[in-house]
Amino acid sequence: MTSEPAMPPAATAGDTITRVDLTPTQVRPPEVPADPGPVPGREVVFDLSTVEIFYGEARAVTDVDLDIARNEISAFIGPSGCGKTTVLRSLNRMHDLTPGARVAGTITYHGEDLYGPKVDAAEVRRRIGMVFQKPNPFPKSIFDNIAYGPRINGVRKRSELEGIVEQALTRAALWGEVKEKLKSSALSLSGGQAQRLCIARALAVDPDVLLMDEPCSALDPIATARIEDLMEELKETLTIVIVTHNMQQAARVSDRTAFYTAEADDNGRRVGKLVEYDATATIFTKPSDPRTEGYITGRFG
Amino acid sequence: MGGAGFPRPAPPSQNRGTVTQTLDPAPPSPLVGGPRPPGFAVDRAFRVLAVLAGLFVLVVLVSIVFVLFDSAREWISFEGLGSLFSLDWEPVNEKFGAGSLALMTLIVAALALVIAVPISVGIALFVTEIAPRRARLPIVFVIDLLAAIPSVVFGLWMLRQLSQPLADVYADVHGAVAGVPVLGDLLGSPSASGLSIMTAAIVVGIMITPIVTAITREVFATCPLAQKEASLALGATRWEMIRGAIFPHSRSGVVAAVIIGFGRAVGETIAVALVIGASQRLTGNLLAPGDTLASIIANQFGEASGVQRSALIGFGLVLLLLTIIIGIVARSVLRRANRRFGVV
Ligand SMILES: Nc1ncnc2c1ncn2[C@@H]1O[C@H](COP(=O)(O)OP(=O)(O)O)[C@@H](O)[C@H]1O
Ligand SMILES: [Mg+2]
Repeated sequence: MTSEPAMPPAATAGDTITRVDLTPTQVRPPEVPADPGPVPGREVVFDLSTVEIFYGEARAVTDVDLDIARNEISAFIGPSGCGKTTVLRSLNRMHDLTPGARVAGTITYHGEDLYGPKVDAAEVRRRIGMVFQKPNPFPKSIFDNIAYGPRINGVRKRSELEGIVEQALTRAALWGEVKEKLKSSALSLSGGQAQRLCIARALAVDPDVLLMDEPCSALDPIATARIEDLMEELKETLTIVIVTHNMQQAARVSDRTAFYTAEADDNGRRVGKLVEYDATATIFTKPSDPRTEGYITGRFG
Repeated sequence: MGGAGFPRPAPPSQNRGTVTQTLDPAPPSPLVGGPRPPGFAVDRAFRVLAVLAGLFVLVVLVSIVFVLFDSAREWISFEGLGSLFSLDWEPVNEKFGAGSLALMTLIVAALALVIAVPISVGIALFVTEIAPRRARLPIVFVIDLLAAIPSVVFGLWMLRQLSQPLADVYADVHGAVAGVPVLGDLLGSPSASGLSIMTAAIVVGIMITPIVTAITREVFATCPLAQKEASLALGATRWEMIRGAIFPHSRSGVVAAVIIGFGRAVGETIAVALVIGASQRLTGNLLAPGDTLASIIANQFGEASGVQRSALIGFGLVLLLLTIIIGIVARSVLRRANRRFGVV
């Protein structure tokens, strides 16, 4: 595989362009940063080409072509039902569990076919962690929640587990709040804490990618802000893909944004498709597709 | 971010009920006086009915206990309340201790659970998690059919078809474990007929499998998808997901299933009476004949008279107490399990 050290160029390039603070009254700031275009040296983690996803006979999304680079945060935005979750779940093979769901086209992960015959889906999910829309801690203690992943990977020694748990909770900015009560039930945590616990639980298996499906939709603004800060830190070591309903959030945290929409096909069924994928600043300030512009203006205005 | 704040999703369209309520002129005093709403009489009648129904059940229960106690008085006064627990069994001296029968009843029930629970959990997991969707309903149907077979049919089938082959199996098993410390005693020399505590436990185990399966299946099926996905998303295999998400979620529900199965097993009468071999001497040898509180009533009530008849009725009373105690223990176990993590 490619040389190890993280690729700061991509991250820094993204950084400088995404810190545009878009407020509802300022949809198009006058000074538009130039579109940097694809940054040379971006290390591609996921490469999707002509991806189509079906639930049984129904085609849920079609025509998805995009690549996701290392140490970037990519945001999926678009109206409800346009297939954001569906595409996200194809990235760690969660669809394997849904009877009838089928992924066509190719998705590569670090150049390897994610749906290849020899690929072990459990191993894929260990490397590509997922945080769900609704926090879903296990009805176990905080400690056992975090230790769950390491345990199924064969870590047995208590001292080793303790180290992993502390490190994961620290990375998820939750350690200070729970270090005194690791033995109490995870169900006693507040919504924001529970979501950070779920992030910590995903981090405990040391994944390469974190997929987040509207991770803040059930949280209050303060908890949301904490998770956004956290993503900013995690991006140094991880690749993040986030589905969000919140335009400001996409603008604040992401380096690249994919806009999806759903349109009726020839048979009158609504099918989701990728409209535009570009640097976040470009999508939010001078999108090339009128549908993107319409959606963003509508959502901000 | 300034004062812009976070736009919350637009609230759902106004609830019409609320709107009308706020527009209605408030009655002068909504809490006292005024005409009764039309539903009031029905509500009241329903409440009276419910109380009556509850009372009826209570009256039946109390009268059962009273009648049993009255008929069993001869037995109890013969030896005092101690005969409820006594292990003495000397019919010639009119000593009918309930203790050994109660113990053997518990042994049969426990052994039946040892047989039924793993099978039930296995079937329930297979049906909820592993079997292809199309195969699920037929499997459930067949198992539920098992529950519809009358107890006496089970007993006769076991007696006619299986007790003799089982006797051979028992002989082999006994030979294999002879001399092994505890196991050698538990699986001691078998009865020639194959009628034994083990045979009774097998038939009871088969009989309680459908109910235990049905409850565990229900419990497994209620494990939230979110929990299963949480586990799988961390790289769990299907079996690891079952252990990590479904079992913890289902713990108290499975305990409930086990206790309900235990209650059924304790009360099972006619099938046990047919295959247990009718020996009232307490034994630790599971391959030897035994008897239970219920089966002895079925086997002996017809010919019994005097103290013996009174004792048999007393056994019914002991059986009733036993099931009530199991129910109480079950409740407290479940309450404790619920308090731990607040699930199920
Ligand atoms: N498990 C499923 N079975 C069948 N259809 C589904 C399933 N999940 C999603 N869909 C359909 O796929 C389309 C895209 O859904 P989804 O990816 O959840 O959209 P989004 O996340 O953008 O709101 C919708 O029409 C939805 O009804
Ligand atoms: Mg979604």
